[in-house]
Amino acid sequence: MTTEVEFCAPKNLAEALEFLALNRDKKTWILAGGTDIMPAINSRQISPLAVLDIWGLRELRILEQHQRHLTLGPLTTFSEMMQDPRIGQTVPLLREAAQSVGAVQIQNRGTLGGNIANASPAGDVLPVLAVHNAVLELRSAKGSRNVEFNAFYSGYKQSVLKPDELIYRIHVPIQWPQQIPYWRKLGTRQAQAISKVAIAAIAEVRGGILQDIRIGLGAVAPTVVRAKKTEDTLRGRRLDNRLIQAAGEIIQSDICPIDDIRSTARFRRRTTTNILRRFLSDLKLAHRGM
Amino acid sequence: MKIDCTINGSPTVLDVSPMRRLIDLLREEMKLTGTKEGCGEGECGACTVLIDGEAVNSCLVIASQIQGRQVVTIEGLTPRSGLTPLQESFVRKGGLQCGICTPGMIVAARALLDKNLEPDALEIRTAIAGNLCRCTGYHRIVDSILEAAELERSRLSLVDTAPPDL
Amino acid sequence: MSIGVNVPRKDGQSKVNGQAAYVDDLSFDGMLYGVTLRSQIPHGKIRAIQFDPKFDWSSVVVVDHSDIPGQNIVTLIQRDQPFLAAQLIRHVNEPILLIAATSRKKAMEARTRIEIIVDELPSVTNLEKAATGVRLYGEDNLFKEIHIEKGDLPRGFAEADYIVERTYKTGLQEQMYIEPQGVIAVPGKDRISIYGSLQCPHYVVKALLPLLSFSHPDQVQVIQMVTGGGFGGKEEYPNLLAGHAALLAMKSECPVKMVYDRAEDILATTKRHPSIIRHKTGLKSDGTLTALAIEIDFDGGAYATLSEVVLSRGCIHAAGPYRCENIDIVGRAWATNNPPNGAFRGFGAPQTCFALERQIDLVAKTLGIDPLEVRRRNAMEPGDSTATGQVLTESVATHKCLEQAVKASDYIRKRSEYSKLLPKARIRRGIGLSLFFHGSGFTGDGENRIRGRAGLQVTPDGFIEILTSSTDIGQGTETIFAQMVAEELGIPVDLCRNAGVDTNRVPDSGPTVASRTCMIVGDLVRSAAAQLREDLIKWLAELENCNAEQITLVGGCFLLSGQRVASFQDLAKRACSEGGPASASKTYVQPEGLEWDEKTYQGQAYPVFSWGCDVAEVEIDLDTYEISVTRFTAAQDVGKAIHPVMVMGQIEGGSLQAIGYATMEEVLQKNGWIENHRMTNCLIPTALDAPAFETHIIEEPFSGGPFGAKGVGELPTDGGAPAVAAAIDHATGQRFDEIPVTPEKIELALNP
Ligand SMILES: Cc1cc2nc3c(=O)[nH]c(=O)nc-3n(C[C@H](O)[C@H](O)[C@H](O)COP(=O)(O)OP(=O)(O)OC[C@H]3O[C@@H](n4cnc5c(N)ncnc54)[C@H](O)[C@@H]3O)c2cc1C
Ligand code: FES
Ligand code: FES
Repeated sequence: MTTEVEFCAPKNLAEALEFLALNRDKKTWILAGGTDIMPAINSRQISPLAVLDIWGLRELRILEQHQRHLTLGPLTTFSEMMQDPRIGQTVPLLREAAQSVGAVQIQNRGTLGGNIANASPAGDVLPVLAVHNAVLELRSAKGSRNVEFNAFYSGYKQSVLKPDELIYRIHVPIQWPQQIPYWRKLGTRQAQAISKVAIAAIAEVRGGILQDIRIGLGAVAPTVVRAKKTEDTLRGRRLDNRLIQAAGEIIQSDICPIDDIRSTARFRRRTTTNILRRFLSDLKLAHRGM
Repeated sequence: MKIDCTINGSPTVLDVSPMRRLIDLLREEMKLTGTKEGCGEGECGACTVLIDGEAVNSCLVIASQIQGRQVVTIEGLTPRSGLTPLQESFVRKGGLQCGICTPGMIVAARALLDKNLEPDALEIRTAIAGNLCRCTGYHRIVDSILEAAELERSRLSLVDTAPPDL
Repeated sequence: MSIGVNVPRKDGQSKVNGQAAYVDDLSFDGMLYGVTLRSQIPHGKIRAIQFDPKFDWSSVVVVDHSDIPGQNIVTLIQRDQPFLAAQLIRHVNEPILLIAATSRKKAMEARTRIEIIVDELPSVTNLEKAATGVRLYGEDNLFKEIHIEKGDLPRGFAEADYIVERTYKTGLQEQMYIEPQGVIAVPGKDRISIYGSLQCPHYVVKALLPLLSFSHPDQVQVIQMVTGGGFGGKEEYPNLLAGHAALLAMKSECPVKMVYDRAEDILATTKRHPSIIRHKTGLKSDGTLTALAIEIDFDGGAYATLSEVVLSRGCIHAAGPYRCENIDIVGRAWATNNPPNGAFRGFGAPQTCFALERQIDLVAKTLGIDPLEVRRRNAMEPGDSTATGQVLTESVATHKCLEQAVKASDYIRKRSEYSKLLPKARIRRGIGLSLFFHGSGFTGDGENRIRGRAGLQVTPDGFIEILTSSTDIGQGTETIFAQMVAEELGIPVDLCRNAGVDTNRVPDSGPTVASRTCMIVGDLVRSAAAQLREDLIKWLAELENCNAEQITLVGGCFLLSGQRVASFQDLAKRACSEGGPASASKTYVQPEGLEWDEKTYQGQAYPVFSWGCDVAEVEIDLDTYEISVTRFTAAQDVGKAIHPVMVMGQIEGGSLQAIGYATMEEVLQKNGWIENHRMTNCLIPTALDAPAFETHIIEEPFSGGPFGAKGVGELPTDGGAPAVAAAIDHATGQRFDEIPVTPEKIELALNP
């Protein structure tokens, strides 16, 4: 290689932000756990000109439990999401999604921030953040700004993150006791599989009525999406077979899957409907008489 | 870039490019060729090593990320003479054939047993799901690890119950 | 006693402590790294090659076809494949140029500075159009056509109460050994040494002599490094790769290492032939098979490689282990513009076995009886004859395997229980079985043409070195050979060791393929040991001035009239230093009465067959169509298990390859391009996808095998796929005639 890579392993956050500001034009690759970037480099899909290795930054590796939300540093690994009881108790979907990622080696290195910033529609924690209405705190040398997770992506593999910014904090509103979580991932095999379809949902049922429901979908649109139309149809309605049937149809208008190397649009459409119906039927069963 | 780290228990200072992959550093710089490369993309686990006790793919880690860390490879898990019970179980129970996945497999198994000395078959399969083996069908690998866990447990209980003068 | 005992693997210690040396672990001073520049079109002509003038070409070594000192032909069966395309490109990723530099990175950088200008030609990349498209090979695009006839087919159909017809398809399958292909070539004066990850060292010798214009076999030395899996993928492909490294080494006068990365390995190396197989079967209402008409098409890819022999084995196995008097099998291997396909464990049989077993299930369905029942009624027995008219005289274990697997898996109860499962259940269960066989050793008189040799050498410290060119690629050759020698001599296994595979030193035992190593080469090793024992006894008799008959070798000691005179090791040492008998060797001799007609495909196709029955159980989620193979029971007959743990390892590993073949292993090929060329999208099962195996070894000894042993290497890859497909049928109530059966296909079938 003729060009040298501009490399920085900052001692602290300020140094990191400064490096980002300095190399604004070069498109700096922020390196966290490397589980997305390194395969891309090794297979020569990308050849970065500037690399900022944030793996060692303590300031990005925090976890705070607040009354109504959890604040996570971007370097929180999947393994930590699986093991930390504070996460398991307050945002159990995060634990479930993390459990379905790759395998141990990937879980030990792959991070929350990396999953978000990589902006793949198949990122497994993303549907969870979508249904929790998470807020991302982005930071640059100029300061911080908060962005709703559900407004973070602007298109396939694109986000509103600026070249001099990094993801600094992820604020996740915690789940209330009456909310029921649901997680389902479909991959081609039982481990080391990228999602063909992933669904995260939380629902609240009282007196047979769906008081609230939120559904996040992965791998069925250019970005992770919320099934808004389905949610609107379901919210406030009696959870009966007719509604479940109807929801399975309406969710088709919330998604626009494609044929790719991992699956087909048709399959993704069908299974999305099936999984949603299964979730709702199970919910109905569990709440009979309540 | 100067990297201070511990490799297989020995404090080591390396002067390498910070973007050098850990696997290359181990195999080429340190001549620790027990760590294998099967894909270079985090899929096969043949390159598994321990960093601070956690199983990771050394093809996805760069030199700068081992600054101040403890790295252990298959060579570091091998006693000066003979084998550990875990290694012996692999030989005895048919946990290896061509052997290319074996170092990574044993490192992954070690990481599991260090946390859980009473794993069931599903826990073992989960712990090695990131280590592909094309030869064995995994059945005998699972058996090897089950047996090793049992051996290690009985050794521990021997130590626990041994009279003080032993 | 060493046979049937699970002695520690010879290579065990070095493989668990990381010391075993694979080719990429080896390096030489001044070694360069080689890379390959490949074609990007399926068919065309090279018009020009442009080298970027801004690049410093003196810093790298470039080889093209004009640098070849000898013949630009990979010597194998047909003489159609060049080492480097000179003018005509016949498939995507065909090698055109080689580049070596002091680092891999630099060589790859140079590669990006070369442009190949081509004129594209129309291509054929679809097997179904192979006959009608562009002319690629000979008159008719056929690498080979085979016809096997038995009895009177029209009469068979005339006698039938029912006739069932169906077409089956199987996909490409990647070997996916975890160690990619690699070699190092070290040049010398008028010679070359090749260190490689390979199965057949003497193939490489034969391929390199004409390439380099060498005349004496010793000029090409091939040394097998510890090999990280082969499964057939390292049978013939290393010829090409070793040739490339050798060309770079000769030109640069430096050692050259070429190790593929995963993508290149998937893109460029041979795979299992995709197939289309049509069956037409006549049957009587009592289940008797009256006629089997089978038509087989294999996609051979752009060059002949081993396609004709793969086809041959596929055809011979196409009618399976069933009694039928009227059989007609037509097989064709076609030339296309896909990358060449080649050897993969099973060698044509997994495809034809899949089709046949699915057809037998269809027969059962037609008659309304259980698939087990059809197999019970038609399974071959001693006295029956195969499609080639080979009468089975001994070592037939169809019923034993069938009954053992059925019992161990509780097939009968589960089959009826799962059938009764509420049609509304979201998780459906199914169970299915397959019955199959695999011929041990080369086809027909193949062994006689190879005339494999093996030898033993006593070392000065009184150990026995075993000299063969049979490679241990994980299956345990080194260990079982030592067991056989130890058993024959009555000495500890520890006294026997392998000499390693170096073609300058070991005799040509033939290639490590065709499930022949244990049975054929093993028997050479065993009989060499018997020879050595006899020679040592004779020599001792001379020394002791007695009759050889008075001396016995028992428990590692020579006894004279029951009295100990010397330990084996001591006498061996003496023999070595005093010019006594210190070596023995054996060459294959064809057994009397073996008759095989290559033209009509009639006669004794194999010395013997190994048999097996697999029972697979699956669960299918009707919401997500996910398939999980939950349990797999295999009962397989190997004659005699020299090392039971290793035999079970062969069965389980091969079975998982077959399960993957049936469910998730899919190589997506479009216009000659492989689209999923990374491990992230070209998938094989993980530990969480693999079922619990219940493995039963059946031992129906073969009088012509060492200690009764037959081959086991390939048998396990034959039966898994149809058993899994049958279980999926059972669970879903749909028929699946094409593998892999993916969730996407199940969805389509259930929601037409
Ligand atoms: C074998 C394998 C299996 C996998 N399986 C799954 C799976 O099942 N599910 C799944 O969702 N993913 C999977 N992945 C993908 C990957 O592990 C995840 O996306 C992971 O979360 C990435 O995190 P990382 O820290 O490793 O990211 P990196 O590779 O370090 O970075 C990824 C991207 O995020 C950017 N980035 C990282 N941190 C920040 C930050 N703080 N601020 C701004 N940008 C940042 C980087 O610049 C880069 O663009 C798998 C990967 C591999 C290799
Ligand atoms: S080489 Fe690192 S995971 Fe395959
Ligand atoms: S033993 Fe060969 S890949 Fe596992």
